[in-house]
Amino acid sequence: MSDPALQVEDLSKTFDVGKTLLGGARGHVRAVRPMSFTVERGETMGIVGESGCGKSTLARMLVGLAPPSTGRIEIAGRAQDRADPAAFGRLIQYVFQDPLSSLNPRKTIRQIMEAPLRLLHGMNRAACDARIAEIFDAVNLRPEFLSRYPHEFSGGQAQRIGIARALAASPEIIVLDEPVSALDVSVQAQVLNLLAQLKDEFGLTYLFISHDLAVVEAVSTRIMVLYFGAVVEIGPADQVFARPRHPYTRLLAESAPVVGRPLSAPEQKGTELPDPLNPPPGCAFAARCPRASETCRKLDPPLSDMGHGQYAACHHPL
Amino acid sequence: MKLFLSLLFRNRLAGFGAVVLGIVVLAVLATPFLPLPDPNATDTAQKFLRPGTAGHLLGTDHLGRDLLSRLLWGTRLSLAVGVAAAVMAALGGSAVGLIAGYVGGRTDNIIMRGVDMLMAFPYILLALAIVAALGPGLLNALIAVAVVNIPFFARNIRGIVVGLAHREFVEAARLSGMSHIRIMLSEILPNVVPVIVIAMSTTVGWMILETAGLSFLGLGSQPPTADLGSMLGEARAALITAPHTALVPGAMIFLIVMSINLLGDGVRDALDPRLRSGALSRPMAAALVRRNGPVPEASDDLLALQDLHTEFHAGKRVLRAVSGVSLAVKPGECLGVIGESGSGKSVTALSVMGLVASPPGVITGGAARFKGQDMIGADFETLRRLRGDRIAYIFQDPLATLHPLYKVGRQMAEAIQVHHQIGNAEARARALDLFRQVRIPNPESRLDSYPHELSGGMRQRVGIAMALANDPDVIIADEPTTALDVTVQAQILSLLDDLRRERGLAIVFITHDFGVVAQLCDRVAVMYAGRIVEEGPTMAVLEAPAHPYTRRLIACVPELGGGRRELAAIPGLPPAVDALPPGCAFAPRCDKAQEACRAGDIALEGASPRRVRCIFPEEAIA
Amino acid sequence: MGRYILRRLISAIPVLLGITVIVFAIMSLIPGDPATAILGAYATPENVARINRDLGLDQPAIQRYFIWLGNMLTGEFGRSYSLNRPVLDEILDRFGATLILAGTAFVLCAVLGVLAGVISASRQYGWADKAITFAVIIGISIPSFFLGMLMILIFAVRLKWLPVSGMYAIYGGGGLGDLLTHLIMPAFALAVVATGVVAWLSRGAMLEVLRQDYIRTARAKGVPERRVLMGHALRAAMVSIIPVLGLQAGFVLSGAVYIETVFQWPGIGRMLVDAILKRDLLLVQGGVVFVAAIYVLFNIAVDVAQSMLDPRIKT
Repeated sequence: MSDPALQVEDLSKTFDVGKTLLGGARGHVRAVRPMSFTVERGETMGIVGESGCGKSTLARMLVGLAPPSTGRIEIAGRAQDRADPAAFGRLIQYVFQDPLSSLNPRKTIRQIMEAPLRLLHGMNRAACDARIAEIFDAVNLRPEFLSRYPHEFSGGQAQRIGIARALAASPEIIVLDEPVSALDVSVQAQVLNLLAQLKDEFGLTYLFISHDLAVVEAVSTRIMVLYFGAVVEIGPADQVFARPRHPYTRLLAESAPVVGRPLSAPEQKGTELPDPLNPPPGCAFAARCPRASETCRKLDPPLSDMGHGQYAACHHPL
Repeated sequence: MKLFLSLLFRNRLAGFGAVVLGIVVLAVLATPFLPLPDPNATDTAQKFLRPGTAGHLLGTDHLGRDLLSRLLWGTRLSLAVGVAAAVMAALGGSAVGLIAGYVGGRTDNIIMRGVDMLMAFPYILLALAIVAALGPGLLNALIAVAVVNIPFFARNIRGIVVGLAHREFVEAARLSGMSHIRIMLSEILPNVVPVIVIAMSTTVGWMILETAGLSFLGLGSQPPTADLGSMLGEARAALITAPHTALVPGAMIFLIVMSINLLGDGVRDALDPRLRSGALSRPMAAALVRRNGPVPEASDDLLALQDLHTEFHAGKRVLRAVSGVSLAVKPGECLGVIGESGSGKSVTALSVMGLVASPPGVITGGAARFKGQDMIGADFETLRRLRGDRIAYIFQDPLATLHPLYKVGRQMAEAIQVHHQIGNAEARARALDLFRQVRIPNPESRLDSYPHELSGGMRQRVGIAMALANDPDVIIADEPTTALDVTVQAQILSLLDDLRRERGLAIVFITHDFGVVAQLCDRVAVMYAGRIVEEGPTMAVLEAPAHPYTRRLIACVPELGGGRRELAAIPGLPPAVDALPPGCAFAPRCDKAQEACRAGDIALEGASPRRVRCIFPEEAIA
Repeated sequence: MGRYILRRLISAIPVLLGITVIVFAIMSLIPGDPATAILGAYATPENVARINRDLGLDQPAIQRYFIWLGNMLTGEFGRSYSLNRPVLDEILDRFGATLILAGTAFVLCAVLGVLAGVISASRQYGWADKAITFAVIIGISIPSFFLGMLMILIFAVRLKWLPVSGMYAIYGGGGLGDLLTHLIMPAFALAVVATGVVAWLSRGAMLEVLRQDYIRTARAKGVPERRVLMGHALRAAMVSIIPVLGLQAGFVLSGAVYIETVFQWPGIGRMLVDAILKRDLLLVQGGVVFVAAIYVLFNIAVDVAQSMLDPRIKT
């Protein structure tokens, strides 16, 4: 059991954009640039980044919903060579951002819960019922909910159902894609605490994607920061925002509104991302970076060891 | 189903259509058993008898055939053919649309190109070509009409399926191990069936018309058999001498098609949940005002909300979104209004200038005074003159709130020109100046951009520039940074802060984020279930919250730098505002609640500016 | 803009080819010997031999298609045996009449329909909205050929205000005035259904747009209500109304077939019906391809209008 829960090598995704008359692509957008990382068993890997950084595309590749353009994904020591969610399903599951739209409005909760049990584990009716009861107990849902339809639930309850469905597949890893962004603060904490408790109970590994730095820091063991489709920094959760090495990570940390910190715009250069159809050579952050030099504009910095388990892709780390 | 029927019959026109259609269907079903003459028995001695003749209730046609008998038999045929064509088209088209929409990619491309080509024909040309090739006849006309309508169904259903195929629940089903065919049949199809039914019920009338039309042209049913169309066609020759032979079948077609259309509309309304809630009502220019009780006296604040009540009336439910909110701001002051979704914070903001969507919104009490003048009772022209001139808004999602078809420069200029009589060049110069003030890079060229060409942060800067256009006294900002990334949010917030200090602007800032309030606002009011539960200077409220809700809500928010930890949570959910408990709305979730909390109304107590609505506050407030 | 038009024109080529394939495929559904079917009553041995040679009917389907296509592209639509003249001449003669009728009806339905829809939406649930809704229900339910007959009975036979049928008076006809008096009834009868549909969908589009956030923004800016309706809302609604107008043009063209029959209007629709009844298949085939091609070009014009209105469409 020494295999890591998840090992990713050279994973990337390129989308074709536009179409010429002959059906060829006009251009390519690299949503995820080749990246490699490892997630150990029992870890919670936080993934943060702003819109357009590729975090959702990464998640979809990891669960088999989108075929990668290059690279390989290894889950619990087993290589996943084909993008087929059914094959991935027993090992890795996904919890969606919008809890209500991830539940089919015309199915009862029981039907939704039974699908993974029957199809992924071939359970019969009695086994299904027993397992569902067990899971519902774990996520604090009442058994009478099973005969209801999704629209009868609040956002927080629906997200519990989404989590329960992911658990039903008994996966090794759960990818949580902004699982609390659609929820109110008071409900958000309920769900986050439930997730923490389930992780211990079922021995799970989490990939927790969010744009909310404080939430990510509160739940993660390690954090990975994405910018423009690439990993710019990765390291232990208590260090990444407290002692960022990449200027972008620092910008993020300083931008988050914090009670008691005076208002200051940490950046006065533009906030525009580079044009994805025509990416600049070198570091994608260079145009916004106060430390950028000639090298940064020419050479894409590799992810390098900064000590204490922290890695950053920067020519001039802080 | 019961719900469906009751919804259907609530629509009186649809009920009327159902009744008429029901009678017609019963009549044609009973036709073989009625004592009617043979519809095809000719008797030229009796030709063109007028309606009401003994033995021939509706008279006879040019061959002396009984019109009533022919009408009923013809209706029978027309209905059968029309419905058969509709079913064929719906089944064929839906299957094509389902496959194209779900499989996507190249399959979709090829199928839809074919459909496009079929739709490139004016529909009857294709039908004519098919009939021309197969030869005139009712069956061929039926085939022609069905084939011609397949593309319509295919395109409609495909559109819906494409939307569904990318929905999250379909991806979830794939992760549950479902095969594609199973997903199509058990996940997608049930969601498409209502659309198919709607499309069928709204097109069946058309199909009956079209088959009747082909028969009218002599290309459908062949003599002596008659459907309604061919009866009308035959009557054309004698239109002037014996108009009743044309009026009888013509009126019948009209009656059938109208009743089907009415019924179809009713079916659509009953099945479409969006229409069910009456959401297709258009909001009026200003919110409805129906104030009960006295209007509060004027105060000397710049902007003052006094005991404001706003309700939403949805059918029999009355949602009390805002119940008795009082707020005030002075020049240069920033007031934060914080609350979770459903707390009534946005409705409060929109009520000020009568911008609550109405229907269903109604302002039922209180006043909103600008320099002492009440705007809620004011006539529309007074309100309009103040809107955007003295009191301006910044909204949440800048893509949805800017008009997509006008250049942003033009939208800026308009904001100025509706209040000041200045020329286009001058307005443009002023817009340019404002763009500079909100630090839009390359302002000159940005003026000629459309909203979709700008990034989220830029669009919100345009929104702010537009709010500043007439140098207003008050800006009401409704979650202006919620849709933005953190790095952009930080810039927008500091921009707003600079502007209010430079210009002495009063800002009412609606948000759900304590961090934002702490950084920007002088004072804050916390809302829960439509009421203010606590207010005071920002730091006083944040550091020593007096209301249990405020205290616990603050504890729920993780703060950066806090490390990995268990978060505090508030059990339960906010109450629905159409079923508020008596007493404190937070009592059911509060660990300190006692009998007195649930008994009756609790007042907002304390001395301005620090007040709390709690009998057992966490902190004593001065 | 020029590039966009060019691109749309180029992309119309496969559609036009597709149309010819569909028509060709439908025509090969004809049961029995095609030469005999095409010639019908005119199937003398010489004619059969000639048409077999002209159309390559003895060759495989694919080759036959290309021969046929080649003929079409060079303007050789074949010969109408029932009329004993070239198909293209007959089509061109008839097309003008259809264009006048359908064009007038289209303008009527577009102007009246959009106007009614806007009025209806801006006074939702008011008496004007109810009256328009009622008229729409009647309008879209009445068969145009029946409406035409009713109009003849009322306005021509009873009231004698307008001529019963035809395009010009038989004796001493001609001139614009004569044309107009003959045009009024068929144009209205043809426009009624389409007007109803346009009005209904315009109303829906306006109601949808009026609920959008940018309308609230306009009101928050203090824009006068008339300008909110006629400027901001109508302009945005036109984005969804214009494609409807494109579709309605097809319905108007289709309805022309009935109306031309009812009013004895010498247009292409009546020509097609007569040709089908006389089994003059080359005339049917030519007419269908010709009108479909015109309709494709018209739809390109609609797309171009749409792209001028909506900057989000890439030009």
